[in-house]
Amino acid sequence: TVNPDLTELYIRRLIQGSGTEGSSHFLQEGQVLDHHASCTSLYKKPFVESFEETPLLVAVLTYMGYGILTIFGYLRDFLRDWKFEKCHLAREREEQKDFVPLYQDFENFYTRNLYMRIRDNWNRPICSVPGAKMDLLERVTPDYNWTFEHTGNVLKDVINMGSYNYLGFAENTGTCADAASECTVKYGVGVSSTRQEIGNLDKHEELEILVARFLGVESSMAFGMGFATNSMNIPALTGKGCLILSDELNHASLVLGARLSGSTIRVFKHNNMQSLEKLLRDAIVHGQPRTHRPWKKILILVEGIYSMEGSIVRLPEVIALKKKYKAYLYLDEAHSIGALGPRGRGVVDYFGLDPSDVDIMMGTFTKSFGAAGGYIGGKKELIDYLRLHSHSTVYATSMSPPIIQQIITSMKCIMGEDGSTLGELCQLSENTTYFRRRLHEMGFIIYGNNDSPVVPLMLYMPAKIGAFGREMLKRNIGTVVVGFPATPIIESRARFCVSAAHTREMLDKALNAISEVGDLLQLKYSRKNRHGNEGSDSFSFLESHQD
Amino acid sequence: MVQAFYEVTGAPAYHLILEGILILWIIRLLFSKTYKLQERSDLTEKEKEELIEEWQPEPLVPPVSKDHPSLNYDVVTGPPSHKIIVNGKECINFASFNFLGLLDSERVKLKALLSLKKYGVGTCGPRGFYGTFDVHLELEERLAKFMRTEEAIIYSYGFATIASAIPAYSKRGDIIFVDEAACFSIQKGLQASRSFVKHFKHNDMEDLERLLKEQEIEDQKNPRKARVIRRFIVVEGLYINTADICPLPDLVKLKYKYKVRIFLEESMSFGVLGEHGRGVTEHFGVNIDDIDLISANMENALASIGGFCCGRSFVIDHQRLSGQGYCFSASLPPMLASAAIEALNIMEEDPGIFRVLQDKCKHVHKALQGTPGLKVVGEPLAPALHLQLENSTGSRTNDLKLLRAIVDYSMDRQIALTLARYLEKEERFLPPPSIRVVVTVEQTQEEIERAAQCIREAAVKILK
Repeated sequence: TVNPDLTELYIRRLIQGSGTEGSSHFLQEGQVLDHHASCTSLYKKPFVESFEETPLLVAVLTYMGYGILTIFGYLRDFLRDWKFEKCHLAREREEQKDFVPLYQDFENFYTRNLYMRIRDNWNRPICSVPGAKMDLLERVTPDYNWTFEHTGNVLKDVINMGSYNYLGFAENTGTCADAASECTVKYGVGVSSTRQEIGNLDKHEELEILVARFLGVESSMAFGMGFATNSMNIPALTGKGCLILSDELNHASLVLGARLSGSTIRVFKHNNMQSLEKLLRDAIVHGQPRTHRPWKKILILVEGIYSMEGSIVRLPEVIALKKKYKAYLYLDEAHSIGALGPRGRGVVDYFGLDPSDVDIMMGTFTKSFGAAGGYIGGKKELIDYLRLHSHSTVYATSMSPPIIQQIITSMKCIMGEDGSTLGELCQLSENTTYFRRRLHEMGFIIYGNNDSPVVPLMLYMPAKIGAFGREMLKRNIGTVVVGFPATPIIESRARFCVSAAHTREMLDKALNAISEVGDLLQLKYSRKNRHGNEGSDSFSFLESHQD
Repeated sequence: MVQAFYEVTGAPAYHLILEGILILWIIRLLFSKTYKLQERSDLTEKEKEELIEEWQPEPLVPPVSKDHPSLNYDVVTGPPSHKIIVNGKECINFASFNFLGLLDSERVKLKALLSLKKYGVGTCGPRGFYGTFDVHLELEERLAKFMRTEEAIIYSYGFATIASAIPAYSKRGDIIFVDEAACFSIQKGLQASRSFVKHFKHNDMEDLERLLKEQEIEDQKNPRKARVIRRFIVVEGLYINTADICPLPDLVKLKYKYKVRIFLEESMSFGVLGEHGRGVTEHFGVNIDDIDLISANMENALASIGGFCCGRSFVIDHQRLSGQGYCFSASLPPMLASAAIEALNIMEEDPGIFRVLQDKCKHVHKALQGTPGLKVVGEPLAPALHLQLENSTGSRTNDLKLLRAIVDYSMDRQIALTLARYLEKEERFLPPPSIRVVVTVEQTQEEIERAAQCIREAAVKILK
């Protein structure tokens, strides 16, 4: 009676996380350099990514931690069932007690017993602009996170290391906000109709022309929600008889879009070009399963920056493979548009490639532009087809005018047409390099590419997830911690998003706090050579023993 | 030697021989090649290269003809208000779902501006990671209070609301009974849930009861399985495709008789039906706790963007961790949430507005009766009616051409109408082509008469 979908997800995550010896998920140090050597011609600058292996002791302790939590979970469930402990959970109605239960107990085991303990680290309400500093509403819980009460106090000027505000456009003053205000007064807020009916404003057309110019493609289309851009347009592009090759760690929207399309889906190992090539070859040579008819088309789904890993896609190699095997490429630049590249045009700009090589360039306006919504850019035939067949243009309300104005103004700023702000892009890349270097020097295990503004810092143990979030908040720094099921079970992490709006002082303050908390919680697991003090590494004895 | 072995171990000879054979067999298996079912080992590398060379994919998208009727959208210059400028012509708006006229409201715009000055435009994160603003919490509380339920949850996109809510509860193996005229977002939600879907004829309670009885018989064959399969009925309060109301009291009776949960989609009826605009539950006087989940979008009556679900905490709280459109998507921009709160304020302060809207709907319904060649599809209380051809020409393209001609004729005479749009290949039960006529509180008596007159003229001229 266990839900098969959830079991599959749990098992997959468990297997992914269980490898301390060369799991496919981890790139070994040497592997990066070897691969780099063979494809040097494709990369104009060094591509340095690292995913340091989990130390063995840490892995063992993490599993033990989860084991203890599970035992306690069963104990508490037992006490709740037998009424020894008060149950805070919401209950089914009396009149509906004899209906089939809406939730199965196992599904919610993790939520009830593990997530509930550290729930205060998420959904923290804010009451200001989500800029470099923000104001949080103070919450207290009288019953260990089952319910929250707002005390009415406001924690002012908390340094924001969690919002996706890469270029600092989340602001309530300045040219963007003024333009959006004017637009609100003129156009109002709602549209109440779909693009194909009477919801197509002149502003939408203006936005689409601008986005096409920004990306360097022939034509583009904008949608009201980034998640829906993927889930509504991938089904319009592929169908039965097509093959989708999707990266292991793709976002839920890409997975949902691929599922809804009805195509066959095959998963290749994260950022692993050999795995992708093997799948491509097998697919073309053997055709569709059982009938062996040739595939109608093959679509490769990748993201620009993977937000949980901080890794950047190996785009030059993917494009080379795509050209060789005549597949189509769908690039989701949700996090990388505006944040990477000397001109802020995303991962294509970062590698110095030609935008017309990518068949479908998708991205969102939520992160670097401080607005909401998504876009798809590509050749004119593609966009014309989507104008007719995308689910969003026929059934979903079009974008709100002030949001469009915010995107237009911020995009013009990035392009340098409204007074230069190439300064912001430089600031972001400086901040990223500085932040990563300092964290690395301190001895933390950081994942991902050296140039990615998303910085995951490994915590591993379940208790440290809650402790890290709370300790950082005590020091007035707002961080994001992530655990299972968004990450493999033993690889919980804290994720920092560096922003161009962060000044050097803010970053230093944050880094000092992180170092303090890292010493307190013994998070400095890294065993690689680094500058700075060796004394704080509690695992140095392992190294000496191995020698 | 066997004799000596026998003496040492004390086992009978046949036993030893059997063991010996087994050991030899194991050694053979260990050293034999493994057999993979997948690979066809009869292809050489050269043949594989040839196959790869030869394979030609289809073009990414099929070509679209330049004069496809839907390719060029009507362009609206300026705000989509009561007097709307479409393709350069100023018209009276009979096409946007602006039921309560709140798109032009100065109060709403002012509140949105204040919110913009405080929070900026975007939220830069999902609800879990510093994307929860105090305005979101306030809006959720206000909606729950307005609908008189325990809790409400907000989504940032109207389409994604019911499409994320259904798969959060109904998984593979569960059963959903849904009306044939359900809208596209419900269909996508059903597809994402991977459950068994059974369609019953539109608003036909006997057909639904027949399906439920069949399911009951199935259950008796396998009671253990029946104890864990969840069942749901998904209906709309006011159907967008057929503009009529679902028989809610009968549905509630069926719910308790066959132990099925009800999910009600109220995008068109929220802010329209009922004495205070609470939707179809208020209209029929049904206890709101009898409905497990009510989902609506805020893009019609509330003239904002986004959607919400409301119901008991037991049901709604689950979506905070398993609603895909909630967890994995950025939250609603705060200025849109403030606009929705102000719209709710207006609705609460002046409940007379719903009576006015309902009278206008009846008026429009009556005025459009008797149009030659066109029939009015929908109930008198429905704010969005369909005008379909009485006699179809036989081909959908031709029908659409005729209706488009009527729409163009009306736009030239300053009445803005629109064709109802569908994805022809994706809809399960494709509705016939029609013109959508929307009623708003801002339309005056005289404008309604003018519009009806115009449509009559167009029908006479074009459908002779």
